[in-house]
Formats: sequence, structure tokens, C-alpha cells
Amino acid sequence: MPTFVRPDRCDGCIDRDMTSCIYICPHDLMKLDRDGSETGHAMRAFNQEPEQCWECYACVKICPQQAIECRHYADLVPLGASVQPQRGPDSILWTIAFRNGNTKRFKFPTRTTLEGSIDPYGSKPEADLSTLGEPGYFTSGGVRKPGNPDELIRK
Amino acid sequence: MAGAFGNPEIVEEEVDILIIGGGMGACGAAYEIVPWLEAARKQGIDLKVKLVDKAAIDRSGAVAQGLSAINTYMGTQDPADYARMVSNDLMGITRDDLTYDLGRHVDDSVHLFEEWGLPIWKQPGDETRSLAEGGKPVRSGKWQIMINGESYKPIVAEAARKALGADRIQEHVFIARLVNDRNDPNRIAGAIGFSLREHRIYVYRFKACLLVAGGCASIFRTRSVGEGSGRAWYPVWSTGSTYAMAAEAGAELTMMENRFVPVRFKDGYGPVGAWFLHFKAKATNALGDEYMEKNRELLDAYPPYGQAAVPAACLRNHLMMHELREGRGPIYMDTVAALGKLAETMTPREIKHLEADAWEDFLDMCIAQAGVWAGENIEPERKSSELMPTEPYLLGSHSGCCGLWVSGPEDLGAPSDEEHPDKNRIPSHLPSGWNWGYRSMTTVKGLFTAADGVGASGHKFSSGSHAEGRIAAKAMVKFCIDDRDRRPELADSVQDLVDEIYRPVRNFLEHEDESTAVDVNPNYITPRMLQFRLQKVMDEYVGGVSTLYQTNAKMLEVAEDKLEMLKEDALRMRAKDLHELLRAWENHHRVLSAEAHLKHIQFREESRYPGFYYRTDRDRIDDENWKCFVNSVYDRKTGTWTCFKRAHVDLVDKSKLFR
Ligand SMILES: Cc1cc2nc3c(=O)[nH]c(=O)nc-3n(C[C@H](O)[C@H](O)[C@H](O)COP(=O)(O)OP(=O)(O)OC[C@H]3O[C@@H](n4cnc5c(N)ncnc54)[C@H](O)[C@@H]3O)c2cc1C
Ligand code: SF4
Ligand code: SF4
Repeated sequence: MPTFVRPDRCDGCIDRDMTSCIYICPHDLMKLDRDGSETGHAMRAFNQEPEQCWECYACVKICPQQAIECRHYADLVPLGASVQPQRGPDSILWTIAFRNGNTKRFKFPTRTTLEGSIDPYGSKPEADLSTLGEPGYFTSGGVRKPGNPDELIRK
Repeated sequence: MAGAFGNPEIVEEEVDILIIGGGMGACGAAYEIVPWLEAARKQGIDLKVKLVDKAAIDRSGAVAQGLSAINTYMGTQDPADYARMVSNDLMGITRDDLTYDLGRHVDDSVHLFEEWGLPIWKQPGDETRSLAEGGKPVRSGKWQIMINGESYKPIVAEAARKALGADRIQEHVFIARLVNDRNDPNRIAGAIGFSLREHRIYVYRFKACLLVAGGCASIFRTRSVGEGSGRAWYPVWSTGSTYAMAAEAGAELTMMENRFVPVRFKDGYGPVGAWFLHFKAKATNALGDEYMEKNRELLDAYPPYGQAAVPAACLRNHLMMHELREGRGPIYMDTVAALGKLAETMTPREIKHLEADAWEDFLDMCIAQAGVWAGENIEPERKSSELMPTEPYLLGSHSGCCGLWVSGPEDLGAPSDEEHPDKNRIPSHLPSGWNWGYRSMTTVKGLFTAADGVGASGHKFSSGSHAEGRIAAKAMVKFCIDDRDRRPELADSVQDLVDEIYRPVRNFLEHEDESTAVDVNPNYITPRMLQFRLQKVMDEYVGGVSTLYQTNAKMLEVAEDKLEMLKEDALRMRAKDLHELLRAWENHHRVLSAEAHLKHIQFREESRYPGFYYRTDRDRIDDENWKCFVNSVYDRKTGTWTCFKRAHVDLVDKSKLFR
């Protein structure tokens, strides 16, 4: 299901410091049509190469206007269904609409800390340069699971 | 001010360490490296690091969508057991030093993920205890633990971003090629890439580099070829950059004949694990036979591997392919019977809960499958869903083991020399034994890799990829400290490199007026068409889906010829904008990765991975001659490959695996 953009919702991220969908797509698919020459919709985003879309939903999830949806790959999926997320600070709500009109909703937790709150080295020890050549990380001093030495048959 | 199309601005930068990629391996390296750099700085050694990703690290790489499980977590188990499992699943030819080392390190990364905010499922009663405090995870397999993983990558990336700081991260720059050292052809000194946003080329010089640009998808024709061609199982943006750029720099590759052909729900490629595991669903052929049972005796043709308590993934595929070849498809996941059976013992509420878990499995890592079910009105209690083996993928971190030959740990009893009849065929500049000083370094000095980049191991998955990036980060710091007085010098002139990188743009600008149709031109080929051609060759001759994964020496020879011309034509790809320049270079990397795959299959005169591919002219496992690593080096000047054997040795006892 390649993504498509609702022209009435997309605002081109004009007042934001970045164009979110273009920034986030891991495959460089989203593009802004500045003057409308490519799509007939000036200052709206579009998927420039739908057949390369992985349907990862990164752009759908990040769009501040909820302007992006997926229309399932036309060469394999019948029309009429939709799978749409709404991502909150600690959970995601999915609405799945079937072709026959049935719907399902699911809500799943996404993270237990606030976005932006990670303190990577907060309570961690400093690295000890004298152990640089040995197994293990700076966090643990040695390896996490030394293992049963008898298992190593060539040592 | 950035340049213009066809006339890019050139930015040159010197660092000590460049991390290429922003996925799990890269984020692990970013996290681990900073405290060691800090420690070095306190001793008066100032080392600069930079990370470049072709995308934005919050969602780049294979974890972009999220995941529903962390597939590698030891918990109370021994790393030796883990090394055994990996060996078993990859048909006996893996490096125990690498897998054991990963096993003894990996849990630390998982504990960090939880600390950073990744929700990890716990056993009843342990909900508030972290893994680090001894909380027991919910296992979905011997090594897997369940998570709510929609935000897995943003969480891991946040820690990496904070660790490095914005100044040391460059996003939306595609690295196209590594550059060797002017004074030492077997050393790496730089890399060149281009911005996807501005007309700007980046030339980096460095002492060490971590090449962690993921695995390789879409070199075989995908099952859907229209709008759905992007529906690959491994992400379509994994384009073999790791293997191709390392090969061009002269690094030794290993086990490039290995591939992974996952069996997934048809068309969407959604995960099947939850259905097998929670619902105890069975896979059947069109007649309703459970072929895993019915065909079990086929495993006896592959001793001792067929006698393993859990047969390898390729052998499980083999039992299914037998049904497909015999014309008893489609294959189904019998969801109707499974749910019917559960309804006898479970309350509707419990079943609903299970159903939510199954949907989460899709929504966390393969949303497309949810789309297929919604579009086809699939209610699993009424209609069973088809399963299908996908097209092949090259990777070193998931259930595959192709990649680069790297230096391993020194304390596990790995061989330090090479003992086998063919050892004289190993090119003499290459090291012997499994370690040569710096952990995770390839056979090219200063070039390190991790995750999908490391071959002959596999089953690291997301956590192991992160863990391996961390291991490599430390080794690079050591390398740079030992080598601190050296200045990298590029073997090629910057102008030559720029010309090479922008060749597709030049092809376009020179020839665009020779046709009224911009895509059909006698003097250039679009990256899209070149990719179709590659996929066609690989599919039809190198064991893609159209031959049911079968090939033979003659077919491989035909493919070789076709790829030869394809490589020539690859120099005539056009790029009408920066986006297409990206596609052109991705395809260069795909072509070279595909060629490595072909050459290795050709060299290994047996069918080591039945169910992943068959050489119909050598349709057996030949342990006597081929229980060895197949390795290769590429010569970029002549465009030729040299394949050779390296001895396989067990560091842990494997006999425990077999019945
Ligand atoms: C569908 C699917 C399901 C999976 N399920 C699980 C699971 O349940 N549990 C689990 O633990 N693991 C799972 N994995 C495996 C896991 O995602 C990988 O093992 C892991 O992400 C590999 O890490 P990596 O760093 O090698 O590559 P990636 O994470 O893919 O990162 C590659 C990086 O390189 C960048 N890049 C590529 N080329 C270039 C270039 N030329 N220049 C600059 N940057 C470049 C990319 O943008 C990306 O940032 C799954 C993967 C997939 C695709
Ligand atoms: S689709 Fe959404 S994210 Fe993209 S430009 Fe429009 S508003 Fe911004
Ligand atoms: S769904 Fe993913 S691949 Fe497709 S356009 Fe959006 S971000 Fe890109």
C-alpha cells in the first residue's frame, strides 16, 4: 500500500522547521511539489515512487496534519480497506477498516519513558581505558554472561 | 552555498572514525564509543567521530516499522548453547568465536533498551521488575522475548543521538564508495558520498570506519512486480551497500552463497511466528496434509543436519517446497482449525486477547499484512491464509550468514592458522586464523563492520546487531589510539572520485535531448530498468522464485555473462535528479552483491541450504569436501572475483544437537 497525501490536509509543513514526511522516509520517497507542476497541488507532499514504498508508515505516523494514508498496493490488494494509526506519547491506536465495512481497533503501548527524556550515560560508570582491549562494555566492566568455560572445547 | 545539479559543491572533512549507517549496529557503536573517546581524551588523545546515514536515524534501517520481539536474549542460558543453535540453523558452517562472543555480550544492550523506555513483556508477577533486576521476560521462543516494539528504533536512535550530539551526525548522505590508502592498498583511508538534499558531495578522510549499512534486498525479482514491488520482506532500502563497498575496497567476503528465504503470509510477507506459537496453528498443503509431518523422512537425506531436534529453517522450507514442486499448493496456515480448537478450551475474551497479540505482530513490524487482511476481508476463524516462501535476501544478522570475514575474539580458542588441503589457494596478503589484532576488523586495515555486515555468524537480530556495533566501536578506538600519528591519504584524486559519483548525472545531461521520451534513450538506462534487468537475471538463472529456487552450473554460467554486460551498462545509468542518483548508486551496490552471491554459489559445488536454493547438478550436502567457509575477494580494477576455501572448526561441541 503506497502512501498518498490528502491535499486538503497537507499544509506542506510550511510553518514548521522541517517537512516531516520528507525528513523521515527511510527510502527518500516523499517529495514536496513546490509549484504544483508535478501533481497539480502546489506546496503539497506526494510519494514520488509508490512502487518503492515499504509501507513502513514512518511518514504516516509523523505527519502533524494526519494527511498521509496508505492505499494498499493496487496489484495485490482489493480496494476499500484502510489501516490508520494515531500515535500518542506512550501508545499507538490503530483503526483497521475492512473492505466489507467491518472495523477493528487496537491500542498498544509504545514506550515507558517520555520522548526526549533518555539520559544515555546518567548512572553509568566511566570507561576504563586500561580495559579497552578486553571483552565487555564500559557499562559492565566485563562481559554480561561469561559462560561455562568447559563448553569451549579448543581452549 | 551548495552547488547546482551537475556541478556539486565539494565538502572535505577529516575525522578519526566514520560510522556509515544509522541502523541498529550504528546506534550501538554510537552509544558505546563516546565514553571510550572521553577516556582517551583524558589521556590527551583527541579522536573525532562522525556518523552518516542515508536516511534519518529515528526510522532508518530494518527496524523502521518497529518489531514485536527481541530475538536474541540469553537470560539464564549459556552462550555456548546459543553458538550451537546458530550453527545448527545455518547448516553447520558458522564461526563459534563470533557467535559465542555475541552471546556473552548481547544482554547488556537489551537491558539498555528497557532502561531507555522499550516496553518488554514480563511474566505474571514480574511486571514491575526490569530484566536487569531479574524480571522474567515472556519468551516467544528459546531466545526470543516479546516487546511492544512500535517505537523500538526511535528509542534506540534517541540514545545514539544524545550520545553523539547533533554535530557528529550527518543524515541524508549516501555513501557510494570507500577509498583506499594511497600508500597501502590494503588499508582504508576515506569514503565519498553525496547529499540527497543539496548538490553537495562529501569526501571523508579517516583512520577507521565502521561500515554498517545493512543487508541486501530486491536483487531477485519480487513476487509482486507492480505497485507492490516495494513489498520486500527485508526492507527495500537495504541495498547491499555493506557488501559491495567492502568488496570494492578489497575486503574478504564470506558465505555470500548463503541467503534467507523466509516463509511468510503470502503477499504481505507478514510474520507467522505468533500463529505457530500462540495459536498452535499448523501449515498444510492444498489437501489439508500437514507436510511437516508427512514429509519428515525427507530430512533423512541430509545427515546429520536433518536429525537435529529443531531442523534448520532451510530444511523446514525444503519440506514445504516439496509440496509446491509436486503441485500440491497453495500452502496454508490453518487458522480456522487452530482457532476452532482453542475455542474449545478458552473463553472468547481470552481468544480476543490472543487475536490482539496476533494483529500486533503485524502492526509492529509488517503493517502491509494488516492491509492485505483488511482488503481481503480475512477473518482468520473463517478463512485460512496462504503462506509463501519469499524471494531470497542476503543478510548477516537475521537468519542468514553472508557478509565480511572479520577478526574475532582472542580468548575462545579460535584457530590462529589455517590447516586444510586448499590453503595455498588463499591469496597471500590475507591473514590466516580467525583473529588479527582488532576485533571486528575486516581484512582491510581500518575497515570494521558489525550486524548485517559480519558473515559466518547470523541470528544476532536487532539486539545482537546493536551489541556487535558496540564491540566494534571499542576496537576502532583501540585501532585509532595505536595508529594516532598516521594521516590518511586517498588513493584517488578528489576530482576523479567526484566524476565517478556524478557519472549518472552527466549521462543524463549529455544525452537527454537525444530522445523525446525522457526514459527511453539509446545512450542511457534508468536505474529502475537496470534493477528490473538484474532481478530478471537473478530470478531466472540464480535460483529465484520462478525456478523454485533451482539453478545449476550452466544457468550460473549464463547469468555470469548477463551480469557482465549488466555491469558495463550500469556505468550508463542516468540520474535526472538527486533521488535518481541515489537509486543509481543503490543499484551499483545491488549488482555487486548479487554478483558475489552468484560466484559463491558457483564455487560451492553442493546444495548446502536445501529449501533456500538447490544446485540441481549438485543436489546434496557434501560435508567431506564442503564443510568449509567459502570466501572471496574482489579486484575492482579488473572486476574479477577470486573464491577460495577456509577451514571450518568447532569451538563448542555440536554433537549435542543431533538425535
Ligand atoms: C521484517 C523484519 C522483521 C524482523 N524481525 C525481528 C525481530 O522480531 N526481532 C529482532 O530482534 N530482529 C528482527 N529483525 C532484524 C533486525 O531488524 C536486523 O537484524 C537489524 O536491524 C540489522 O542491523 P544493521 O545495523 O545491520 O542494519 P539496519 O538496521 O538495517 O541499518 C542499516 C543502516 O544503513 C543505512 N544505509 C544503508 N546504505 C547506506 C549508504 N550507502 N550510506 C549511508 N547509509 C546507508 C540505512 O539507512 C540504515 O540506517 C527483523 C528485520 C526485518 C526487516
Ligand atoms: S504530508 Fe504531512 S508531513 Fe508531509 S508535508 Fe504535508 S503536512 Fe507535512
Ligand atoms: S510508508 Fe515508509 S517507505 Fe512508504 S513513503 Fe512512507 S516513510 Fe516512505
